[in-house]
Amino acid sequence: MLHVSPNTATTGIAKGEVLLSVENVSLRFGGVKAISDVSFDILKGEVRAIIGPNGAGKTSMLNCINGFYFPQEGHITYKGVRRQKVRPHEAASSGIARTFQNVALFKGMTTLDNIMTGRTLKMNVGLFWQLLRHGPAMREEIEHRRKVEDIIDFLEIQAIRKIPVGKLPYGLQKRVELGRALAMEPELLLLDEPMAGMNLEEKEDMCRFILDVNQTFGTTIALIEHDMGVVMDLSDRVVVLEYGRKIADGTPDVVKADQKVIDAYLGVAH
Amino acid sequence: MSAVTSSAPKPLLSPALMATLKVLGIFGAIAIAIVVLVQSGAMPKGSIGHKVLAAPFIDMWDLPDLLVQTLWEGLVAGVLYALIALGFVLIFKASGVFNFAQGIMVVFSALTLVGSYEIMTQRMGLPPGTVVAILALIIAIATMFVLAWLVERIVLRPLVNQNEIIMLMATVGLTYFLIGFGEYIFGGNPKVMITAQLGLPVGQTQFNILGGRVNIQHLDVAAAVIASVMIAGLAFFFQYTRIGRALRAVADSHKAALSVGISLNQIWVIVWFTAGVVALVTGIMWGARSDVSFALEIIALKALPVLILGGFTSVPGAIVGGLIIGIGEKMGEGYWGPLFGGGIETWLAYVIALGFLLFRPQGLFGEKIIERI
Ligand SMILES: Nc1ncnc2c1ncn2[C@@H]1O[C@H](COP(=O)(O)OP(=O)(O)O)[C@@H](O)[C@H]1O
Ligand SMILES: [Mg+2]
Repeated sequence: MLHVSPNTATTGIAKGEVLLSVENVSLRFGGVKAISDVSFDILKGEVRAIIGPNGAGKTSMLNCINGFYFPQEGHITYKGVRRQKVRPHEAASSGIARTFQNVALFKGMTTLDNIMTGRTLKMNVGLFWQLLRHGPAMREEIEHRRKVEDIIDFLEIQAIRKIPVGKLPYGLQKRVELGRALAMEPELLLLDEPMAGMNLEEKEDMCRFILDVNQTFGTTIALIEHDMGVVMDLSDRVVVLEYGRKIADGTPDVVKADQKVIDAYLGVAH
Repeated sequence: MSAVTSSAPKPLLSPALMATLKVLGIFGAIAIAIVVLVQSGAMPKGSIGHKVLAAPFIDMWDLPDLLVQTLWEGLVAGVLYALIALGFVLIFKASGVFNFAQGIMVVFSALTLVGSYEIMTQRMGLPPGTVVAILALIIAIATMFVLAWLVERIVLRPLVNQNEIIMLMATVGLTYFLIGFGEYIFGGNPKVMITAQLGLPVGQTQFNILGGRVNIQHLDVAAAVIASVMIAGLAFFFQYTRIGRALRAVADSHKAALSVGISLNQIWVIVWFTAGVVALVTGIMWGARSDVSFALEIIALKALPVLILGGFTSVPGAIVGGLIIGIGEKMGEGYWGPLFGGGIETWLAYVIALGFLLFRPQGLFGEKIIERI
C-alpha cells in the first residue's frame, strides 16, 4: 500500500469545505473566448468532474488553476487565498499537481527518474552537497527514493522502473504521469483526460487508482473525462462547459437529466 | 490486474554502431581500390591521383612517429572543440536558445581571468604568484555567475516564448556587448595566459618510440585530463542529482517541468553558469597555447561543424564530434595541407562535417526524423 500522505493537517481546510473556487473567470486568446464568466467551486475531498464537448474550455480551465494561463477577468481562490495571478511554480508548491491531456513526460528519462522529479519541491539540500553527492544529499536522495518506490508499487509499474518512458506504450505513460503527480503529495490533483486512448482494462485500472487516491488519502481531484460511464461512477459533482460557458453544475444524476447538457452532447442546434 | 511487461527486444547492434561499421566498410573498400591502382601502375608516382590518394598514407606508414604526434595534437584540439560544443549543447537543450555568444564567452572568461590578475598585480601591487592567480580564478568564476544571472534576468525572462530567431538575435547582441565590455575594462591588447601561476604544467617531454620522437606538451596532457574529468563530472551530476534531473526534465518538456514546480529561471541560471565555467576552462587551455585576445573568437567557428556533426542536442555527439573534427583537421592539415598550399584549416572542419552528413543526415547520435504527413 502507498505510504505517501498529503499534508492535510497543515492546510486547515476540513473535508467538505471549499478548497478552491473559480469566480467569474474569463479567458481570451486574441479574438477567441476560451472561457466566459465561469464560476464553480471544488470541495475538499471530492472528485469534481469537468465535462463538455471538445473546445469547451476544460483544459484551459485547468491551465488557469495551475498557473499556465492568466485569466483576463475573475479570480481563483485557493485555500482561502484569492489570487489574480498564480505562477505554475507557486501552484505546485501550494499543493496543486496535474497531468496533461497529451501526456507530458520527460521522454529520455526512466520511469523512476520521471517520478523522482515529482519530489523536486520536497527536496532542498543545496547545490554544494549535491555536487559532492554526499552526506545530506545522499540521505535525502534515499529518503525520497523510498517514497517513489512506494508509488511505483501502488501503480503496479515495478517492471518498467528503469525503462525510458519514451519507449513505453501510451497507457503506461499515462500511468507514469499519474505517478509523477502523486509524488508531489498534492492536495488538489488535476487530471486532464487520464483515460483517453486507453483500452478497457487500462481504464478500469486507472479508475481504481483514482478512487484509491481519493479515498485513502483524501486527495481532492478535478477530473476531465469524456467517458460518461466513468464520470458518473467516479465523481461526486459535475460541472459542464460548452463554448467556454458553464451550462450545468451538480451531482451526476442531476446533470445527466439536464436538457441543456443532453442538447450539448447530442449537438442540437441552438 | 494488469501485468506490466518490458519493452521491445533490442536490436543486435545499435544504429550508431551500424553506421560506423558502414563508414569503415566504405573506407576499407576505397583503401583496397587505391592499393590495387598503385600496384597495377595505373596511378604512377607523382601523378595527382598518387599525391592525393596514396602518398599521404605512405608517409603515415613510413613515419609512424609523426603520425602519432599528429593524432595526439588532433586529440587535444578535439577535446577543446568538444568543450565549446558542450557549453553550446547545454544551453540549447535547456533553454532552446542557439547561443551565438558561446565562443565569445570563452574569450571573455579567459580575459577576465588574465585581466583581473594583471590589475591585481600591476595596479594594486599584490605579489604575482599562485595566490593571486587563484583569486583571479575565483573572480572569473564569479563573473560568469553574474553573467548567467544577468542573461536570465535581462534576456531570457523577458523574451521567453518568443520566436527562436529573436532569441538568436539577442545572443548576437550579447556577443557584441561582451566584446565591447571586455575591451573597455581590460583593454584590447592580447594578453598572456597565467598558465604557470595557476599551477598548470609547462614544458614538454620527448618519447623515443617507433624509431622516431614524439613531443608531448605537458599542458596538452593537463588539458585532456581536465576536460575529461570535467565531462565525466557533468555527466555524473546530470545523472544522479536533483538539479541534474531537473535540468534533463527542462530539456525534455518545459510545461511538465513547470507542473512539478521546477523553476525554469533557476535552471537557466545554472545552465548558463555551467556553460560559462566550461567556457572558462576552454579559454584557459586555449589561451595557454596562444594569446588571450578576441582573435580567439574564431575558435567558436569550429564549434559549428562539431555541432552539425554531433547534433545540437546531444552531449555525446558534442564530445565525439569534437574529437572527429580535431583529429580530422590536424590529419588533413599535416598530410593533405601542402597540396592545397596551406590555409586548409579554415574550411576543412566544415568539409569533414558535411562528408559525415552524407552518411548520417541526422547527425551522429540523432534519431532519424520521419516527417508526419
Ligand atoms: N494557447 C492557446 N492559444 C490560442 N487558443 C487556445 C489556446 N489554448 C486553448 N485555446 C482555444 O481555447 C478553446 C478551448 O480549448 P481547450 O481548453 O483546449 O478545450 P477543451 O479542453 O475543452 O477541449 C479552443 O477554442 C482552443 O482553440
Ligand atoms: Mg482538453
